[in-house]
Amino acid sequence: MIKALGYFIEIIRGGLITTRHFVVNLFYHILKVLGIKTKRKGSVTIQYPEQKKEIASRHRSLHRLMTRPDGKPRCVACMLCVTVCPSECIYVEAAEDPDPEIQKYPAKFIIDLGRCCFCGFCVEACPEDAIRMDTGNVEFAQYSQQDLIYDLDKLIG
Amino acid sequence: MTETLTEMLVIFIKIVCALVWLLALTLYLTWLERKESALIQDRLGANRASIFGIRIIGLFQPFADAIKMIFKEDFVPPFSRKFLHTMAPFISFFFVAITIAAIPFGDTLRIGNRTINLQILDFNVGLLFILAMLSLGIYGIIISGWASNNKYTLIGGLRGAAQVISYEVALGLSLIGLIMVYPSLRLSSIVLYQGELLFGFLPKWGIFLQPLGFGIFLFAALAETKRVPFDLPEGESEIIGFFTEYSGLKWGLFMMTDFMEVIIVSTLLTTLFFGGWQVPWLASDGFHFPWGGELLLPHVVVILLQVAAFNIKVFFFCWLQILIRWTYPRFRYDQVMDLGWKLLVPLSLVNIIGTGIIMTI
Repeated sequence: MIKALGYFIEIIRGGLITTRHFVVNLFYHILKVLGIKTKRKGSVTIQYPEQKKEIASRHRSLHRLMTRPDGKPRCVACMLCVTVCPSECIYVEAAEDPDPEIQKYPAKFIIDLGRCCFCGFCVEACPEDAIRMDTGNVEFAQYSQQDLIYDLDKLIG
Repeated sequence: MTETLTEMLVIFIKIVCALVWLLALTLYLTWLERKESALIQDRLGANRASIFGIRIIGLFQPFADAIKMIFKEDFVPPFSRKFLHTMAPFISFFFVAITIAAIPFGDTLRIGNRTINLQILDFNVGLLFILAMLSLGIYGIIISGWASNNKYTLIGGLRGAAQVISYEVALGLSLIGLIMVYPSLRLSSIVLYQGELLFGFLPKWGIFLQPLGFGIFLFAALAETKRVPFDLPEGESEIIGFFTEYSGLKWGLFMMTDFMEVIIVSTLLTTLFFGGWQVPWLASDGFHFPWGGELLLPHVVVILLQVAAFNIKVFFFCWLQILIRWTYPRFRYDQVMDLGWKLLVPLSLVNIIGTGIIMTI
């Protein structure tokens, strides 16, 4: 009986906690509507399309290819990223570069984002720091799968 | 002849007003549910529905929902009993909507030499009528569970039936003490009795005369609405429940029935335990304060105050029920049975005996 009474008191306390949340949040919402600025907000919601959360610096977002000072890609078509990629979404076609210091450059560099799992292994594997995933762009949804296949122009630009 | 016609017109207007009140409140209860749950959980809630870019904290959301439900495909499964499958939501809806007929919204309104009772029908068995109709509403659930011809809906319907049996007894018994105190089943006279004063200052509301009865009735009525702490027929998290096979507006009718039950339960709590349309110390000619002093008001103002008081009380109980729905975890199947049979029924019997002893003394 005593135990049941204890439960009953806890039930009431639970109701009071939600009531407190309701009243406090309503109070701050009303202050906001009245135009009074407060440090605390009525909700923790981030209203996404208008309001965006800052992406962490280590967040793996859309890939980009780095360029040399003369505008050509840094990539030497060593195929390490192609080898390490677990979802096999990178396709590189090598071509010979006239510069003997570089030897090879990618004639084609295609990432199929529809397959990519954003593990970041390609970035880890790259010896030339040619591919990075630091654009901070996470909004590249498309209506067709074809639009998700990114080639050299898109990756550099 | 004209007398009968005006009488019919008055009744017709009353029916329209009461139904519009009920349906509008139902519509905005969905909005309140979303917003209140959002506030409780530190969220914002639905606020995107807009007309020409005007949002007003999501007040258009119910209309957007309604339009969505109207244009959804109304799918009737080929293996179902088609007639009963279609009938079930309407049965459910009808038996809840009709209870509004017996709810008193206010005192008698005098226009010229005509008196209008602010209640559609002043039954002398109003309370029994409401309880009977609310219990009949479960037929919609059982029929939908059976007619869908699906295991999960059948389980939902059977659970609904079992739940009704376990709380309906306590619901009825908890009100017997109240009927002993206010010796009437007519809701308007129950409300009139509550206008009297206890010890010269306390309004004679049911909550002060029958606190235990109020507690039992609140629990049983929460079970009546079949919302989360007692959502066995629905059971969103385990079986999808009796409306698994419904879509579009028929599903919407079931959902509206839920919210209408919340409103009806709120009106019942208000009428029986919180004085209905009574404002404390407000007589038909104005305020008579117990510490002396009077504030005389015209008749129309008094009626408006009473209707406003009724609405405020109903809104409060709607708010309270949504708060309860978003605070407590759900009961298990056997726990509801335990609560109903082992706790509420004995307590309500104790309440009846206690009330009887106090009344004879």
